[in-house]
Amino acid sequence: MTDGISNVHMQVMWNRLIAVVEEQALTLVRTAFSTSVREAGDVSAGVFDRDGYMIAQAVTGTPGHVNAMAAAVRNFIDDIGADNIFEGDSYVTNDPWKGTGHLHDFTFVNPSFRDGRLVGYFACTAHVVDVGGRGFGPDATEIYEEGILIPIMKFAERGEVNQVLINIIRNNVRENEQVVGDLFSLSSCNDTGHRRLMDMMDEFAIDDLQELRDFIFENSLSATLERLRELPPGSYDNELTVDGYDKPVTMKLRLVVSEQGVLADFDGTSGLSEKGINVPLIYTTAYACYALKCALAPQIPNNHASLSPFKVTAPENCILNAKHPAPVAIRHVLGQFLPDAVLGALHKMLPDRVPAEGSSALWIIQLGARPIDARQAVADEHAQSSEILMFNSGGTGARPTLDGLSATAFPSGVHTMSAEVTEHLGPITIWRKELREGSGGAGAQRGGLGQVIEISANTGYRIYINAMFDRCQHPARGRDGGLSGAAGGVSLDDGSLMQSKGKQWIPDDRHLVLNLPGGGGYGAPGKRDRAMIAQDIERQYITLDQAKRDYAYEI
Amino acid sequence: MAYNNQSVRVGADIGGTFTDVVLEVGAQKFSAKVLTNNSEPEQAIIDGLFKVTQIAKVGLEHIDQLIHGTTLATNSLIERRGAETAFITSKGFRDVIEMRTEGRFEQYDLNLSLPPPLISREHRYVVDGRIAASGRELVALDEGQLLEIAARIGQAGYQSVAIGFIHSYVSAAHERRAREILAAELPAISISISSEVSPQMREFERFNTVCANAFIKPLMASYLQRLVDRFRAEGGDCPVFMMHSGGGLISVESAIEFPVRLLESGPAGGAIYAADYAAGYGLDKVLSYDMGGTTAKICMIENRVPKTARSFEVARTYRFKKGSGMPVSIPVIEMVEIGAGGGSLGWVDEMHQIRVGPESAGSEPGPACYDRGGQQPAVTDADLVLGRLDPESFAGGEIKLETQNSIAALQRAIGQPLEMGTETAAVGVCEVVDENMANAARVHAVENGKELADFTMIAYGGAAPLHACRLCEKLGIDSLLIPPGAGVGSAIGFLRAPFGFEAVRGAFLRLSEFDADWTNRLIAELDAEAQRFAQAGGAQMELLREIKAYMRYQGQGWEIVVMLPDRDFVDADQLEIRRRFEDEYIRLFGRALDGLDIEIMTWSVQVRSHLAEPATVMPVTTENPCYSDERRRIFDVREQGFVDAAVFQREALASGDLISGPAVIIESETSTIVTNRYQAIMQSDGCLLLRLKGKEHD
Repeated sequence: MTDGISNVHMQVMWNRLIAVVEEQALTLVRTAFSTSVREAGDVSAGVFDRDGYMIAQAVTGTPGHVNAMAAAVRNFIDDIGADNIFEGDSYVTNDPWKGTGHLHDFTFVNPSFRDGRLVGYFACTAHVVDVGGRGFGPDATEIYEEGILIPIMKFAERGEVNQVLINIIRNNVRENEQVVGDLFSLSSCNDTGHRRLMDMMDEFAIDDLQELRDFIFENSLSATLERLRELPPGSYDNELTVDGYDKPVTMKLRLVVSEQGVLADFDGTSGLSEKGINVPLIYTTAYACYALKCALAPQIPNNHASLSPFKVTAPENCILNAKHPAPVAIRHVLGQFLPDAVLGALHKMLPDRVPAEGSSALWIIQLGARPIDARQAVADEHAQSSEILMFNSGGTGARPTLDGLSATAFPSGVHTMSAEVTEHLGPITIWRKELREGSGGAGAQRGGLGQVIEISANTGYRIYINAMFDRCQHPARGRDGGLSGAAGGVSLDDGSLMQSKGKQWIPDDRHLVLNLPGGGGYGAPGKRDRAMIAQDIERQYITLDQAKRDYAYEI
Repeated sequence: MAYNNQSVRVGADIGGTFTDVVLEVGAQKFSAKVLTNNSEPEQAIIDGLFKVTQIAKVGLEHIDQLIHGTTLATNSLIERRGAETAFITSKGFRDVIEMRTEGRFEQYDLNLSLPPPLISREHRYVVDGRIAASGRELVALDEGQLLEIAARIGQAGYQSVAIGFIHSYVSAAHERRAREILAAELPAISISISSEVSPQMREFERFNTVCANAFIKPLMASYLQRLVDRFRAEGGDCPVFMMHSGGGLISVESAIEFPVRLLESGPAGGAIYAADYAAGYGLDKVLSYDMGGTTAKICMIENRVPKTARSFEVARTYRFKKGSGMPVSIPVIEMVEIGAGGGSLGWVDEMHQIRVGPESAGSEPGPACYDRGGQQPAVTDADLVLGRLDPESFAGGEIKLETQNSIAALQRAIGQPLEMGTETAAVGVCEVVDENMANAARVHAVENGKELADFTMIAYGGAAPLHACRLCEKLGIDSLLIPPGAGVGSAIGFLRAPFGFEAVRGAFLRLSEFDADWTNRLIAELDAEAQRFAQAGGAQMELLREIKAYMRYQGQGWEIVVMLPDRDFVDADQLEIRRRFEDEYIRLFGRALDGLDIEIMTWSVQVRSHLAEPATVMPVTTENPCYSDERRRIFDVREQGFVDAAVFQREALASGDLISGPAVIIESETSTIVTNRYQAIMQSDGCLLLRLKGKEHD
């Protein structure tokens, strides 16, 4: 009986701990300046034990940060030194190899003390507005061009903020007040987590987290292993080729599955790129693990124990294990293709469980607007240079029993921004943002549709784009007889083509037109329910010609 | 009209299962509960009216005011039963309501389904014409195209049309012109335009709101017309008013034009009901807590006014999860809703952890103890096993509860898989559901920068008194009020609502470019709109006014609400507005930021009539300790075991009676649990006031 009650007690505390980190993340979302955080929920927050192992993590957040942050805290403890950790401290880094994969992400770690004793750590990560250098884009050839790198160091010691650090950052980034504002938001969201943890420990009358941690780790690990025991052991290969910067990139993968865990080995993957599409291993691990967890153990919360059976390796200085000083600014593009690679291998082990390939990598639009001649601008419509960021998604792959999702982010966890709000932030007009007809791969289940976006500068302004788009030459492949989704396209409204990666100015009086890729289909198109095809035609998801060609459909 | 010189007012609430009618003659209240009639909802009201007027011995002709709130609007969105509706929008933006946020509300579910748009793609039409963010016309409205669309809409036989253009909250010219053209071509069709229904920035939310309005408009118009006609035919001749989502009253005519404003009017009535008790007891910080069969709802009430928001989400499709429903941008009493009610089911997840809800046993088959075939353990089953419910007197003795069924269900679903005794399993279910509710309340408090320890809880709804005291322990709340007869709380709340309306509009302003004339003009327009609705009741009333702005630092994405001074602005007010923003920002987030401009995104003017001050409830001065020989074992989590609790009948208690926990106070609908750490004092108005022991005399 007493055992039972203390078990219930532990369960309630576990729930509470997750609520604590949710509050921590929420505080960050509400105070951040970074577009990706505030509009898109692109943050992560978590609580760690004294040794730096993650106990619980906010459910909010996007996979790239999630698992990367889980590994980061032990780097902090090593670099700061166990005897140099004091109450009121706050640590910071944006080192891509020790944080979450590129300079734009700042990770903060604060120790949590109770009655003078260290009980654990809070950590959080968010993408800030600017880090200097070339700005957010793929064009750098070394990390040094991508902006300022802050090694792991103290942002505050015993409550005293490091003003020298603030001063250096303030003088090295654009939009410096917002960046500094974000740093304070990050540090103080860890404080929020700490305060809520102390309330919780008061209420439950506990002095440390060790017993609760053991309970969480034991239950999470045994639940995860229970799921892995259901899998047929063996090794399963897959290969995925995408556009890259100037030449295609192939990701080769072997999944080795046993009762003890799953290893994803990327041996044979393409070498480094000269441009910033390279991926540090910490980020590769994050997205590969995300796909494995989605398919194999989706209900089990992320923590050190539930993640521990999943391992990832890649040869040094292949494009998925880039080392300093490789440029890595837009590591998200290849990172977000990793689930397609992993799910393709899993499909060989578990047919009819995972989706076809999708558009996958977000189409992040990073625009700069500059006045040509301020006198031409319409009164009251901006007067300065603006940087504009928009997240947009193509179609996801069809599922074994469901169509793919149109214009929906996967694997990323972010949202798009309102076109109306975006037009208030910079001198541009968004003429079109709607589904791209006919872009979903045909199949028994149809791939999700991509979207079409059309943008121009307002009178008196010019715009450039830091393009970082993929799947323009390598569309999302279907599965089990399903056809590929439509490839992406980057062009002007007069039909002339643009590069899919790199900085380019949009000629005056022209519109930028982006055709986002569709998702792959699942199963042979001939098996699609005729009524669904009729509905797709009526809704203009597909054209009549396409219905005849891909589905042999006659009215 | 009136009866013996006393005013006669009626509140009528149509809920999912019951229609409640409350009639008030002077200070006397009478109530009737009848089953909701889904095909002819007005019939249930008429039946209830007959029933209640008979008890009160008045006629329908004596009624001075009929106030109505209903879930019909909400249900028609949840069930997607509405008019054949077309949507006309700006060229290039046909799919805004289908593409939603482009996000997934559940990150780990590969088989996620997103809610389909209210109006599917083949019913969405686009027209050339474009307004810029500044309000300037970039492309003229193509009237020829509109005529073609009108012809197609006429042929297709739509009943209702929604119109939503980009940036129409800045300039409504194109939407108004489109309506003119359409109305001329199709005089019989019902038309809603987004710049009137919801003139707020963010196209997805605004378009969805206008589509929802158009979708339910013909249905609600026909229902409300029938209700008024039936009421008149039966002899009623007083005005009929509707409770709206924001907690105020509007005329039936306004409700017919903007039925989307009726969403969640029932729960809004509940919050007003709690606010009325807050006023009677002089409480400035109240957390209302309503727990029914399938959900629990929490609302913050400060200075006797329930907190409002400018948007909410309706018809969530995935475990009450944020993001899985339809956003509706209208002023609303802000409720946190969680899938935690008496019928919520307990189960065990992959980590061998107990979970509760969001699946619910509903009223059919109901919890296992109802003995109607329910096999899974519900919260009510756990309450029963833990001695918190009396099996013989549940629901006034109408349902006899079978404890054996509860024990079997708990064992099967939780006890056996976790190798736990039945009682421990029941404790687990209750603790988990209480923790879920406590977490939701905590998060809500954090979002609003409040400390719950300063609040008093007011609990109502069938299951609330069973769980409220433990919830207070978890939230560190010292004081808990449980009003009598809370089963018809929403309908009583309708009688306590002011005439009032909140006009909200998106209008972008950088504070550094503050323009007093522009601001004064905008406020005057919003004021005129709010006054028009609030005064539609007829008599000219003096109205209270509040002006709010939704503001943020330039570059942030989250706006905070700032109360503005109510006066003619002058340019120097820029400093005052900045000061107020910074004060609020510091209150919420701890520090203000230097060197950043401030943006105002949205403005709101709320007007409402003065409410008669409720009679102040005098605190009981003499406390009369009561004892009972009837005892029952109940589980007390703080004591980590069963304790011997005294049992009382609520109706037998007199003002001033003091009961020290642990105790169970039984009434016909439910029981109040007083844990070991609290005591209960019966108040002069029939409320039970629970206080933390040792804190009785703060």
